[in-house]
Amino acid sequence: MIPAEVEYVRAGSLEDALDALADPEAKVLAGGQSLVSVLKLRLVRPRLLVDIGGLELRGVELRDGELRIGALTVWDELVEASELRRPALAAIPECAAGVGDLQVRNRGTVGGSLAHADPASDLPALTIALGASFVLRSPEGERAVPAEDFFQGPFLTALLPQELLTEIVVPPPPAGSGSAYESIEHPASGFALAGAGALVLPDGTRSVGVTGVSGHPFRLDSPDEAEAILAGVDVFGDHFASAEYRRRLAEVTVRRALARAEQRREEDERWTA
Amino acid sequence: MNLVVNGEPRTLDVEARTLLVHALRDGLGLTGAHIGCDTSQCGACTILLDGRAVKSCTLLTVQAEGTEVTTIEGLARDGELHPVQRAFIEHHGLQCGFCTPGMILTAVDLLERHSDPDDETIRRSLRGNLCRCTGYHGIVEAIRAAAGERNGTS
Repeated sequence: MIPAEVEYVRAGSLEDALDALADPEAKVLAGGQSLVSVLKLRLVRPRLLVDIGGLELRGVELRDGELRIGALTVWDELVEASELRRPALAAIPECAAGVGDLQVRNRGTVGGSLAHADPASDLPALTIALGASFVLRSPEGERAVPAEDFFQGPFLTALLPQELLTEIVVPPPPAGSGSAYESIEHPASGFALAGAGALVLPDGTRSVGVTGVSGHPFRLDSPDEAEAILAGVDVFGDHFASAEYRRRLAEVTVRRALARAEQRREEDERWTA
Repeated sequence: MNLVVNGEPRTLDVEARTLLVHALRDGLGLTGAHIGCDTSQCGACTILLDGRAVKSCTLLTVQAEGTEVTTIEGLARDGELHPVQRAFIEHHGLQCGFCTPGMILTAVDLLERHSDPDDETIRRSLRGNLCRCTGYHGIVEAIRAAAGERNGTS
């Protein structure tokens, strides 16, 4: 399978990239682990590819009291990052390690995956649970969009045509917090049939994001009533997993993620002491 | 566009849509990168890009500008097979051989980061490489042996 003919430009700077995106038929290329596959299937036929792979948007750092993840950070860097060893943030490398396979994690970028917004993708659920926000840059300037408002439908996000996701900002949880990500995967594709990210704060406040079961990931408003809330969600079903089965899997992943996040609270207290 | 392939600087004249696996096979005659599934599942097209295993069927050639690519043809040094290649021969790590280049290059990346991986780590790392002969047992054994040889424990 060979992609259709396409123009290509390698952006030398963020400004270059935004200029090139003025073309309404342009598409952003980062690691290519989602985009190249759909180009080959000709499900997407942009006129122009704007390759942002050379931009300095890579790395994990603690800056101004916030955890900042560059959009071009690859999955494997999240798995290895020393800034993410804390049990309160352990869900991030845990989630990253489960994405794709070794080759995909070497090449696929976090920002590319979030912007692609596959409804069965893992990390979106966790970004919602952690209260992360995404920094979006356009020629008009910068805005920050909370993760739970970013994902709007299957492969549909809050990104405007001439806007780039540059950074993921995670507020570090207070000492004595715990996080976890749990998913039940389709055995062949590795994508989540259902997945849940959870954060438990020292005062017992719990925050949960769910993925894989509907058009986009969402926050579970009151985790104590997971079953009742999920009963009201329009759950997606197909020949791999019926809606009823998927709803049940979602309940299970929420329960498991919360239980493990709870366990990690004590570890985090020792870690941060 | 310019890149280094198996230690040699190369210049390629390609369309933007040309996949790296096609440039390597059809442009440079390096047919060790196999096209198996062509959908980023099977890993037969795996190469090393700046030392890391990637699937060359899921990469545009232009994305490899300025990088160093290693294919299975470039793994041997001075006529000596790479230790992972030798281990695959000694431990029956291949049957039909179609998946072998990808398996070996993924294993090389794995052993760069884990000097002494356990079987679970090896198997998890091979998730993106399919062997349709189902010869995984020999493959895992070969990789374990190559790690052992490097650590002087076998």
